[in-house]
Amino acid sequence: MPRVLTALVASFSLLALAAILLFLLGAAWPSIRYNGLTFLTGTTWNLGNLYAAAPVRVDGVRAMPGATFGALVFVLGTLLTSVLALVIAVPTSVGIAIFLTEYAPRRVGGAVSFVVELLAGVPSVVYGLWGIIVLVPWIGSWLGPALARALGFVPFLRGPVGTGAGLLASGLVLALMVVPIIASTVREALLMVPGELREGALALGMTRWEAIRAVSLPFARTGIVGASILGLGRALGETMAVLMVSGDAINLLPRNLYSPVGTMAATIAAQLDSALTDASGMAVHALAELALVLFLITVAVNVLARLVVRTGAMRRT
Amino acid sequence: MRARRARDRLMGVLALLAALVVLVPLVDLVVMVVIRSLPALSLSLFTSPTQGAAGGLENAILGTLLLVGLAMAISVPVGVAGGVYLGEFARKGRLAGAVRFSADVLTGVPSIVLGYFGYVLMVVDLGWGFSALAGAVTLAIMAVPYIVRSTQMSLDRVDPALREASLALGAGLGTTVARVTLRAARPGIVTGILIALSVALGETAPLLYTAGWSSYPPAPHLLHAPVGYLTYVVWTFINEPMASAQHLAYAAALLLMLLVLGVNVLVRRLVSRAGRSELPIR
Repeated sequence: MPRVLTALVASFSLLALAAILLFLLGAAWPSIRYNGLTFLTGTTWNLGNLYAAAPVRVDGVRAMPGATFGALVFVLGTLLTSVLALVIAVPTSVGIAIFLTEYAPRRVGGAVSFVVELLAGVPSVVYGLWGIIVLVPWIGSWLGPALARALGFVPFLRGPVGTGAGLLASGLVLALMVVPIIASTVREALLMVPGELREGALALGMTRWEAIRAVSLPFARTGIVGASILGLGRALGETMAVLMVSGDAINLLPRNLYSPVGTMAATIAAQLDSALTDASGMAVHALAELALVLFLITVAVNVLARLVVRTGAMRRT
Repeated sequence: MRARRARDRLMGVLALLAALVVLVPLVDLVVMVVIRSLPALSLSLFTSPTQGAAGGLENAILGTLLLVGLAMAISVPVGVAGGVYLGEFARKGRLAGAVRFSADVLTGVPSIVLGYFGYVLMVVDLGWGFSALAGAVTLAIMAVPYIVRSTQMSLDRVDPALREASLALGAGLGTTVARVTLRAARPGIVTGILIALSVALGETAPLLYTAGWSSYPPAPHLLHAPVGYLTYVVWTFINEPMASAQHLAYAAALLLMLLVLGVNVLVRRLVSRAGRSELPIR
């Protein structure tokens, strides 16, 4: 009896997942029919003439005259900010994990891992708050100009820097947010390295760093890859912090590292209010399609991460 | 040899730097929030609701507690029961595998997507409007998979000898779970619940279009009445031109961080008692 009861309750997450998929698909359906593939290739997000006398009918669905919904800006913005965040966060996290497992004295290590855990607990709006007040002005007045001057020979890093709100700010805030996830997973992976292997390397006369490079890191490689993909999943879906520092780009592909960007998650949060004013309802359906695309991407990324971690664990045992 | 030593030391310094790079923003963030919230700190913060862009945070504090409390009331029984199923009744098998997998995938679904789902399903289709229940159920959907997985992991770590001894004495599996293994796994289970709680405390995106916002303390009914919450204040009031609004935003951020810190300290005490720190970090 308890077995059946708990089995019913346990199906909750299965049902929730199926329900999310079905409801998003249902809510997005008119938009899928109206926009077709343009949704993924177009760069114009335009609700159409909201003051028109009546919606127009296209293929049996209603939309305001002139409405086009192309989400490429947001898809690209999401990918760019997340990849930038990983480029910054992965080396940092691996460094922290190595520091914690190999170099840090016990006390220091405990303090550092407490700080990293705290970092994981800071609400994302508070990161956004710090981003608006500290990070964005700093990028606009110092980091951005400095990078543009030093590395301006790369076209993507050339100015203008603008206010500081944009791709770089989003990438940095996201990096700060995913470091705890990646660092703690990599640390677990490094702790799994068999003691005999490390000690053998050290006994052969290797320095600590050589032992890390030759033994620990190769052993933990799948763990590091899995952790990075997990971090990617988190960065792709992060909403509030990015919303606050990204500059909310619409209809504008990023031209350089400092350009305003829009991400899928941030756009859903930012646009629902104005979408609700669309009498034809198409704008709300388009946001649902955006949520659906984001859902599918993050699910794929997370499944990939679990598979990598699991095959890595199986090969080890 | 000297070059190799030097490189070893250099890498040690780089690793330390990686830790410091992360430490600096955190310290800066905490100092900023504490200093800038000072002007807003007074008793009226807790006793008066927001009025326009001024006033206190009574409505937001009560709203956050209501939303998170309700979400926990829903997700703890569901999550623990789900974890018991995975950890005790069905360690292998199709359904167990599917449940474990779906819980893992569900933890990875962006909170804004859950918020949109909650909006479509509860606010619009079920006609609940912006309401405490719509917000709390959305938060609960986020929290359940954490609790399921941490409950299952804690049960997996219970010494099998305990379980076998109880079964050998003639207790049924149900009794064994209720009397023996759940008790042994309690610190780990509570830790998982607390982590889910601290995640729920800090969320904004799932609430924007499910709970709405209200400048009044939560109404006594759970449907059709929007609720205010602390993260909303941080997000919107910081963009207001008035100093009073910005002070409120910082004060709300401070309260959130104190709440989360309090929960984290509890977690650490429990973990050190449980003896292991192999817990899911979000």
